[in-house]
Amino acid sequence: MTLTQFLVLLLPELVLTLVALVVLGLDMLWRNGNGSRHLLPWIALAGTVALLVAAVLIWPLGSTGGAAITFTTGKDFGGDQTPMMVLDPLALFFKLFTAIVLALVLLSSGNYVRAHIRFHGEFYALILFAGLAMTLSAAATNLLMIYLSLEFLSITSYLLTGYLREDERSTEGAVKYFVYGATASAVMLYGFSLLYGATGTLDLASIAAVLTGSVIPVHWLVYPALIMVLVGLGFKIALVPFHQWAPDAYEGAPTPVTAFLSVGPKAAGFAVLMRLLLTALPGFQLDWISVLAGVAIVTMTLGNLVALWQSNVKRLLAYSSIAQAGYMLIGLVALAPEAHSWTTGLNGLLIYLFAYLFTNLGAFAVVIAVENHTGSAQLDAFAGLMRRNSFLAITMFLFLLSLIGIPPTAGFVGKLFVFGAAIQRQMIMLAVVGIVNSVISVYYYYAIMRQMFFGEAPDAPPFDEGPGLRVAVGVAALMVLMIALYAEPFIRLASDSVSLLAASF
Amino acid sequence: MNFPFLTLITFIPLLGAVVVALIPGRREREIKLVAVLFSVPSLVLSLIAWLLYAQNAGEIKFLEEATWIPTLNAYYRVGVDGISLPLVFLTTLLTTLSLFYSSYTIKKRVKEFFALFLLLETGMIGVFVALDLVLFYIFWEVGLVPMFLLIGIWGQPQDRPQYSAIKFFLYTLVGSVAMLLAFIAIYMTTGTWNILQIPGLKPLAGNPGLAIAAFWAIFLAFAIKVPSWPFHTWLPDAHTAAPTAGSVVLAGVLLKLGGYGMIRILLPFFPDLFKQFAPWIGVLALISMIYGALVSMAQWDLKRLIAYSSVSHMGFFMLGLVAAAASLEVANPVLTSRAIALNGAVLQMFNHGIITGGLFFLVGVIYERTHTRDLKAFGGLSAKMPVYYGVMLTTALASLGLPGLAGFISEFMVFRGAFALIPTYAIIGVVAIVLGAAYILWKIVQHVFLGEFSEERWQEIFNPAHWHFSLDMARFEVITMAPLLFFMVLVGIYPAPVLNVINAATTALLAML
Repeated sequence: MTLTQFLVLLLPELVLTLVALVVLGLDMLWRNGNGSRHLLPWIALAGTVALLVAAVLIWPLGSTGGAAITFTTGKDFGGDQTPMMVLDPLALFFKLFTAIVLALVLLSSGNYVRAHIRFHGEFYALILFAGLAMTLSAAATNLLMIYLSLEFLSITSYLLTGYLREDERSTEGAVKYFVYGATASAVMLYGFSLLYGATGTLDLASIAAVLTGSVIPVHWLVYPALIMVLVGLGFKIALVPFHQWAPDAYEGAPTPVTAFLSVGPKAAGFAVLMRLLLTALPGFQLDWISVLAGVAIVTMTLGNLVALWQSNVKRLLAYSSIAQAGYMLIGLVALAPEAHSWTTGLNGLLIYLFAYLFTNLGAFAVVIAVENHTGSAQLDAFAGLMRRNSFLAITMFLFLLSLIGIPPTAGFVGKLFVFGAAIQRQMIMLAVVGIVNSVISVYYYYAIMRQMFFGEAPDAPPFDEGPGLRVAVGVAALMVLMIALYAEPFIRLASDSVSLLAASF
Repeated sequence: MNFPFLTLITFIPLLGAVVVALIPGRREREIKLVAVLFSVPSLVLSLIAWLLYAQNAGEIKFLEEATWIPTLNAYYRVGVDGISLPLVFLTTLLTTLSLFYSSYTIKKRVKEFFALFLLLETGMIGVFVALDLVLFYIFWEVGLVPMFLLIGIWGQPQDRPQYSAIKFFLYTLVGSVAMLLAFIAIYMTTGTWNILQIPGLKPLAGNPGLAIAAFWAIFLAFAIKVPSWPFHTWLPDAHTAAPTAGSVVLAGVLLKLGGYGMIRILLPFFPDLFKQFAPWIGVLALISMIYGALVSMAQWDLKRLIAYSSVSHMGFFMLGLVAAAASLEVANPVLTSRAIALNGAVLQMFNHGIITGGLFFLVGVIYERTHTRDLKAFGGLSAKMPVYYGVMLTTALASLGLPGLAGFISEFMVFRGAFALIPTYAIIGVVAIVLGAAYILWKIVQHVFLGEFSEERWQEIFNPAHWHFSLDMARFEVITMAPLLFFMVLVGIYPAPVLNVINAATTALLAML
């Protein structure tokens, strides 16, 4: 691999790194009373656009087949040209995904950051770095690289969660998140070491190759390794029983960070989970499918049941996002071997993630707007929102419908595909649990709807959400409708992105 | 390409909703005018479509097809036959009348009301014209949301509107998600969402257990909407809490979505299972008819009474459907009785929409004046409001099935079919007609209009300062009721224009099974 090739294949990541560093640098230059600091979010936003452009530019390189990106490592790690990352359709999908997440989060955070946060430059840079970690983890094909990128994502997330230094809940959330996260990633690392011990390689494809020809005793090393890996990834995705950090971290974190946490790390976790299980451990399919089926059922149910009792919207959406991850997991559990059927499970997972991206970030953008105005994210802050800001109320209503899965919204298409996969694989039980949970979820989403439309807030004046939030909410709402009414390109994108992975499986 | 009748009928109201949403909220007169005007083209077009539809043609007409989601094999496919066409017309008629009526009575949050109502119309019409399961499901849910908000925001505070709204929402959603799973399972075996093709492909024939589960899942969705006992408990709450126009559309159209689904989807997809379970469904129909009538008789709230009477009257519809389904594969002479029963069932839906829609308008008339619906508060109003008395009497008698008015024809046909095919059920079912006469004559006619008029009691409930129109029915109320009365009489004495269209389609449907 020549240096040029190497740089071209890493173009999106390099662009993102560069912009993050520029933001940091400019923040330092402009620190002393220079008025240009308000440009920082726009520079960061330009960075996400650049990421998008870079991803589109290199799209042809990765869309037909995987282009391995190799790093030079020592002999102990398998020679000096070790494949560390890959540029394949799945990695490209998550680069696109990351760019959208970053753009929506940055658009929503302007006013909030000005009001609550002292160190703007670091904040924007950290968000960009977290996005970088997402793209890296989705592309990683080597256990070492997976671990490093996930840790990178975790550490930036811890920092962002605790960003409100004077706020006790922010600090508490960050500490909880950190303690949990450190433990989970240690367990995961131990699992990786077992896999390495059993197979002698860190490369996912080589692990699978070694395991197919291996003897039974080696398999007994893989089972604990599998469980430990699932612990670590379960923590990132916030699957039950590794979800306890999520409500506190979500509630304490600055709301734009909460928005990011509810989508970014989850998506990265799913990307790694898909790649790792399908590439490295296809032979253990029956084992991880049965474990994950159980986890999916528990995650959906617990997330929904606990959400019923919440009175803080951030916390409510935290539990809701736990439940949503449970639905997504159905896609992975019910993955179909034949790649030509309409739902392969995996494409359902990606469609669901894509729908969830716009839905959840849109919902959080509305929460940020309400919080900017009222200073509270309690349910009653939403009272009479329809009278105060009908744009936010109507779009929020749309997002909530999408979270429930009612057409014509994106969430419906996602649910159609994952439940369809479950029915296709004759996992009727899983589909029924999912459906019952969707109905239960109506009740807590209704708590928000009721406040917005039926609640009265006589002395609350109308308010304006500001241009950044208006664009973020508007784009998210538009996409939520688009994915449902003009579904074809999105389905195709998702199916193409997993085709390579499914074919190798 | 033909003139896209159905697309226009379906989506002009949606366009209207968008336009209304763009008008500034304080321009209430313009909003009302625009909303009513946007509902008129659909009404006119559906009438034209009806007139253009060859009376004796049984097949689907005005078919429009376009690829929508190729990977899912989902199409934008709409079309109507003699079963759906009267229901489309019913929807457009009741919506226009409701919007017109509401333009006089709705005072708070005007813009939202009219935008939501037009959105609701799109959802309802869409269900009747959709011939693709994905499209059908989407329209099915699109109608749910505006109705939920209509009940919750414009309901009268004493009727617990928020509770009623979420109850309506949850009940419907439980049914529809079960239906969605069944649709997916059907798609897995047939590979198509085409409502017209699936019956020929015998969905889930290879998997009897799954077929039975799918049958009941779909039945649940439609039975909740119809509503059949024991899934009816959302109905009295929702009907009572909803604003007048909301109740009209709920009773007039939304209940028909369930009935229509049973005929268009459940019966053709699973004729054998429907036949197998017909005795049980027949029992549900009988309980709905008799229980609905009895509970209706026990009400002192005029609106609640009419709400329960809907349970009873939609039970008649189900009885006709069961009679037609129970005798499948029986030799030819019975075919006529089956067709009569099914025709009666479809006509019963149309008539119930006209009549009960009218009754809810009439409840609105008295409620707007007195702000009470308590039957004990009225009495002797026939002298005070003679026009109202006449209109209400005609509508009520149509509801109880007086010969010469619409209700009689459809009830007669249902029972004529049922007596020939499932006599035991028919004999028990007749009780409901007697009970119907009892609650209508005793409760509505006698308690509201006859008896002593008490000036004192009237002073208590009627405050002239709050009512700016004439005491007897105002002009806008007469205009609202006139088309409904026209159809009650027309169908009562000369049902052929409606029935010919229905008959051709039901015969075609029965021949296919």
